[in-house]
Amino acid sequence: MAVPSPAGTLAAFQNREKSLSDHPRHHGPAPGRFAVTQADDGGVTLQISGDWSMQATVPRSAEVTDSIAAAGSVRTVTFSAERLGRWDSALLTVLLAVRGFAEQRGIDVDPSGLPEGVRKLLHLAEAVPERSGARRTAAGRGNLLARVGIGVTRATSGLREALTFVGEGTLSVGRLLTGRARVRRSDLLVIVQQTGAQALPIVSLISVLVGLILAFVGAVQLEMFGAQIFVANLVGIAMTREMGAMMAAIIMAGRTGAAFAAELGTMQVNEEIDALKTLGIAPMDFLVLPRMIALVLMMPLLALYAAFMGIVGGALVGVGMLDILFSQYLNQTFAAVTLNDVAIGVVKAAVFGVLVAAAGCYRGMQCGRSAAEVGKAATSAVVTAIVLIVVMDGLFAVVTHILGV
Amino acid sequence: MAMTPDPARQGDADVIIAIDDLTMAFGSFVLQRDLNFTVRRGDIFIIMGGSGCGKSTLLRHMIGLIEPAQGRILYDGESLWETDPEARVRILRRTGVLYQRGALWTSMTLAENVALPLQEYTRLGRAEIAEIVSLKLALVGLKGFEDYLPSEISGGMQKRAALARAMALDPEILFFDEPSAGLDPISSRLLDDLILELRDSLGATIVVVTHELASIFTIGDNSVFLDAEARTMIASGDPNRLRVEAEHPTVRRFLNRSAADGAEAA
Repeated sequence: MAVPSPAGTLAAFQNREKSLSDHPRHHGPAPGRFAVTQADDGGVTLQISGDWSMQATVPRSAEVTDSIAAAGSVRTVTFSAERLGRWDSALLTVLLAVRGFAEQRGIDVDPSGLPEGVRKLLHLAEAVPERSGARRTAAGRGNLLARVGIGVTRATSGLREALTFVGEGTLSVGRLLTGRARVRRSDLLVIVQQTGAQALPIVSLISVLVGLILAFVGAVQLEMFGAQIFVANLVGIAMTREMGAMMAAIIMAGRTGAAFAAELGTMQVNEEIDALKTLGIAPMDFLVLPRMIALVLMMPLLALYAAFMGIVGGALVGVGMLDILFSQYLNQTFAAVTLNDVAIGVVKAAVFGVLVAAAGCYRGMQCGRSAAEVGKAATSAVVTAIVLIVVMDGLFAVVTHILGV
Repeated sequence: MAMTPDPARQGDADVIIAIDDLTMAFGSFVLQRDLNFTVRRGDIFIIMGGSGCGKSTLLRHMIGLIEPAQGRILYDGESLWETDPEARVRILRRTGVLYQRGALWTSMTLAENVALPLQEYTRLGRAEIAEIVSLKLALVGLKGFEDYLPSEISGGMQKRAALARAMALDPEILFFDEPSAGLDPISSRLLDDLILELRDSLGATIVVVTHELASIFTIGDNSVFLDAEARTMIASGDPNRLRVEAEHPTVRRFLNRSAADGAEAA
């Protein structure tokens, strides 16, 4: 099977250039037309005229094959293209359809009446036959049973991967505690800075607003009973026990969890993680552990800070709208919030820190080797982290209720 | 398998890596099967073949990143996978890898990149490590670039820095994954010279995955040719001899850069 030489193909394109430049340009494209003329010996001639380009109106392939079919028992198809103007891929697709149609019915096609460029491109398009099995089949897409099966195997292998990650993470923490995993202090400090100090502005903004909103909602209800002062209780307890940790965790999931996933995912794409592995450095110890430690250390601090900012937000409403004295508001808050509430908030925050770091690192380490995969990893890191946070918060609510704290 | 007796098991001191009946597969998809070849100490060994035949995957098997579906990879007769993880790390510590895109750790400077293996595996002090790092960077022509981040230097320089990192622990065996990919002809020629220089001066064994004909003929002592269609190796030996003597037409066409059968006779 001889592939046309590059020079020949180039010549075909140059001829096509000429056919373009020969044609008067000031009229827009003339619509492409065709006619089928029949000879007695079972031969038909397809006459092509006008402009057959993607900018012009061109008959659809089906129209052309239908009119050949309408000619009855045809044995050969020839072409006449004397009045053909410009042409491009629009003509080629129609001709390929004619060729395919003819092949099905055992009709001979004689392309000699076509311009040389068209003939060469047609030949090139058919030079390499379709590789068997190359086309994606719809197998398993339609079949319900197959779809369920694929879903289940995916879910189980996903679960196994997640468990492996948790297991390796636990071993890594074990190595850290026995002093066999060395975490680079410089890496840890950079991550602590990124996840701690640099998160303060956004945590401030969100927490003040959450405090404000809580106070507003509470105030409207409590005013009906003349119990505005209890807004301080509501905001104080909600922020320390629940919302401080929760809001900080969700902010960190969106901010830091996604960043972890994207960073580790890109390292995966760039073979940087392979480079660690071949040096015998466990990525778990070198990449995941410092991120875990940083978030476990920083999350409780951020949660406390968030609780404080929330109480500030509540105080703004209390003092500004409800005519409570600032000292009154403060006293009421101190009286309402117990050490228990603060401790629960802090413990929760540390656990949320583990979850956010684990979700981010897990999705990053799992990442495939393309840019699209990195995006997916970042997205699913955030989703995974938020789901885990909310589920864990629910568990905490049940446990603290049973324990009566 | 009744193949030639495994030279590694006979204690042939010349053989440093032996691939024994290796099958590479992803799930049920077999990429290559029945791979058998040996890499001699001090050779520059080329893994070649068309795009998508599994050259890089073979390399990833040899450096312990992928577990073989079947078969063994032996370093001095010791199997890479039929041993405990600590022994595997010990074997792999004798190797250095230059990845296709360099794979420098992007958050670390060049000096930190080269220093990390030294910090992990030697008891050298800070000052000694800094000296070794400077030496390694100087060897690849990057003297004075210690404090640059990988993103601040060109692709060719990144590759050389990655080579400095691969050589940090003075490995006995160096693996190169498509060293000339993305390099201009001059840089890739210089890299070839550097590879020859490393072998001659350090006595290292070098395994190179490439399809660059110029490199193959300049540096290759021995080679194996993987074929995507046959899904196995279809030739092995000195590439300069394979060029004329290979029995398989695909190998001759590949090595003579010809599109059609028979054209290489000219």
